[in-house]
Amino acid sequence: MKPFRDITLLLLAALAMVSASTRAADPSAEEIVKRSLDAFYYAGHDMRVKVRMKLINPQGNVRERELTMLRINLGKAGEQRYYIYFHGPADVKGTSFMVWKYPDKESDRWIYIPALKLVKRIAADDKRSSFVGSDFTYEDVSGRNVEDETHSFLRKQDLGGRPTYVVESRPKTVIDYSRRLSWIDSERWLPLKEEYFDARNEPLRTFTAYKVELTGTQWTVVARGMKNLQSGHRTEVVYQEVGYDVGLKPDIFTERYLRDAPRQWVR
Amino acid sequence: MTAEAGRSVRITASLLAGFLALASPVATTGQGVSLGGFAQSHVAERTSRADCPSGTACDYPAAELRGQIKAEGGNVSGEAALLARLDLLRDTAVDDTRLVARELFGDLTSEKASARLGRQVITWGVGDLLFINDTFPKDWIAFFTGQPMQYLKLGSDALKLNAFPGPANLELVIAGFRPDTTPTSRRFIVADPLPAGLPRRTREHGNDSGDVEISGRVSAYLASWELAGYVSRTHYRSPAWSMTGGEMVGTYPRLNTIGASLTGPIGKGVVSLEAGYYDSRKDRDGREPSIENSQFRGLVGYSRQLWQDATLGGQFYGEWMRDYAAYRETLPAGLPLKDRLRKVATVRFTQFFAHQTVTFNLFAFLGLSEKDRYMIPSLRYAFSDNLWAEIGANLFGGKRNGMFGSMQDNSNVYLTVRYAF
Repeated sequence: MKPFRDITLLLLAALAMVSASTRAADPSAEEIVKRSLDAFYYAGHDMRVKVRMKLINPQGNVRERELTMLRINLGKAGEQRYYIYFHGPADVKGTSFMVWKYPDKESDRWIYIPALKLVKRIAADDKRSSFVGSDFTYEDVSGRNVEDETHSFLRKQDLGGRPTYVVESRPKTVIDYSRRLSWIDSERWLPLKEEYFDARNEPLRTFTAYKVELTGTQWTVVARGMKNLQSGHRTEVVYQEVGYDVGLKPDIFTERYLRDAPRQWVR
Repeated sequence: MTAEAGRSVRITASLLAGFLALASPVATTGQGVSLGGFAQSHVAERTSRADCPSGTACDYPAAELRGQIKAEGGNVSGEAALLARLDLLRDTAVDDTRLVARELFGDLTSEKASARLGRQVITWGVGDLLFINDTFPKDWIAFFTGQPMQYLKLGSDALKLNAFPGPANLELVIAGFRPDTTPTSRRFIVADPLPAGLPRRTREHGNDSGDVEISGRVSAYLASWELAGYVSRTHYRSPAWSMTGGEMVGTYPRLNTIGASLTGPIGKGVVSLEAGYYDSRKDRDGREPSIENSQFRGLVGYSRQLWQDATLGGQFYGEWMRDYAAYRETLPAGLPLKDRLRKVATVRFTQFFAHQTVTFNLFAFLGLSEKDRYMIPSLRYAFSDNLWAEIGANLFGGKRNGMFGSMQDNSNVYLTVRYAF
């Protein structure tokens, strides 16, 4: 009896799925990383934050960057737009960046240079380049895609009193790091620590989340650092005035506001 | 005081008065005024052992101390804002002290439109140091003596109106005429095709309706591409000389331009395309040798990252003369014959070191038609967030008939030190 056999198979399949999901309480490595990227780069529908950055060289000399970052998510597919305005130091004041990020192709990036009143498009291949001289790359600022790396689950571990999943990620194409270990909070999904290793498997950079706070319903890393272990240079970042779902509109992320900062949001 | 200096003082004074009148209501209702600025020293030393005519700043074509004050403020809602950027400089190369209003404007902004009135710098087009649809005034003396790049652009005294209907950006600029600052014998050794000994003067435009300049731009995104169209009713900004009543009179002939640009990603880099038509209104048939012939201009550029913190860009640029036969027939004896198509290539290489505190940059113009060149290497070090120094050079070479080659007695090395606050 063919219909009966089909129904039996269907029931068996359903049973198998249910038992699989109850047995595997821990999500897959891809799922952990995906949820972490969502929590870290996509929280809320939009976001406004004032960022203070300290660039500290091995001699202890400090350079500072103060900026406002605006972000909006467009649709569910992962498309995003970023707007970054520099308040200081004096010589870069008024410089702004705009990024249109796509899930399936290279981002579009623009910079506005106020001294020349010039909007310039930046080549898209610089995502591993330093963001304004800091130890963070452009990709660290606006995020990467889960498919850019292969991920494997290593273990569960407590880190500073928080439960974490430890995941190892290896880039699919050759870039400046060969391997990355991430400690991802298994409840809040934020990365609390990341260690990058170079091609010779030597430690390269370390990311640390110093402080995590709840803003509305969103957990946010409000103090973080990135240290280059080979050069001794490090960058410390503090988020202030964090706001989610503040009501940004997509037209802020256009050439008009690149040239003239939206004063309502950039103060 | 020369007539030109008197005029600029008058303009500065009237802009300042208008600014202060606008500033008081904004200041009382606003978020306060933020102040900034810098102190800067800039020196350029001629590298060639040239014999300068008397009266030319020979060893140091540029030597100045400059202080800039920038004040800006706006009301809380962001609808009204003001900006003033004033330079006071002691120019020892030509023994002059002057106050310059670099920018001085007021802004009114709404969701769908904005207006800016006053002296303002406007930059259009997608070329890198090659200008087609950007017909706004420029300071070539600052450029050729290695001043920081912002000094290449001069402000226009203008009303700029922007409208933002949907995805497009419409810009209309109504401006008074302002000439380019072009090399003269005060600082440069320039080939002078005009007869010596005759008195000379330039005749600038007043602000009569016939002399007002109107420029328009419309731009929009098309997926990842940016498309823009431009028109300008303007004037040539360097003088065309002719003999009138026993003296040489330089005028700025009328010019209309129309063009378009496109920029977007191709492969791992960015491609830029721009084209324009220069309609020389006072020389429609191309038979007036003192006035530029009508031209088509075009450029294609590509830039991409080579490795981390290093970018390479290149451009090809061409100017195609429309009435070449008429130009050849009317060219005065003794002047070099230009090609119908003047071709220039440019290369830019930029590399950052040490967390972007050190910047090496090389820009080169290569005259493919005129067999000349102009190279600008520079190295900048930022000692701190406030203090940087840059050494560089402006190196002209090749055939002396070419635009860049004719400048080769003016090659120089420069040093700029700036403290910003």
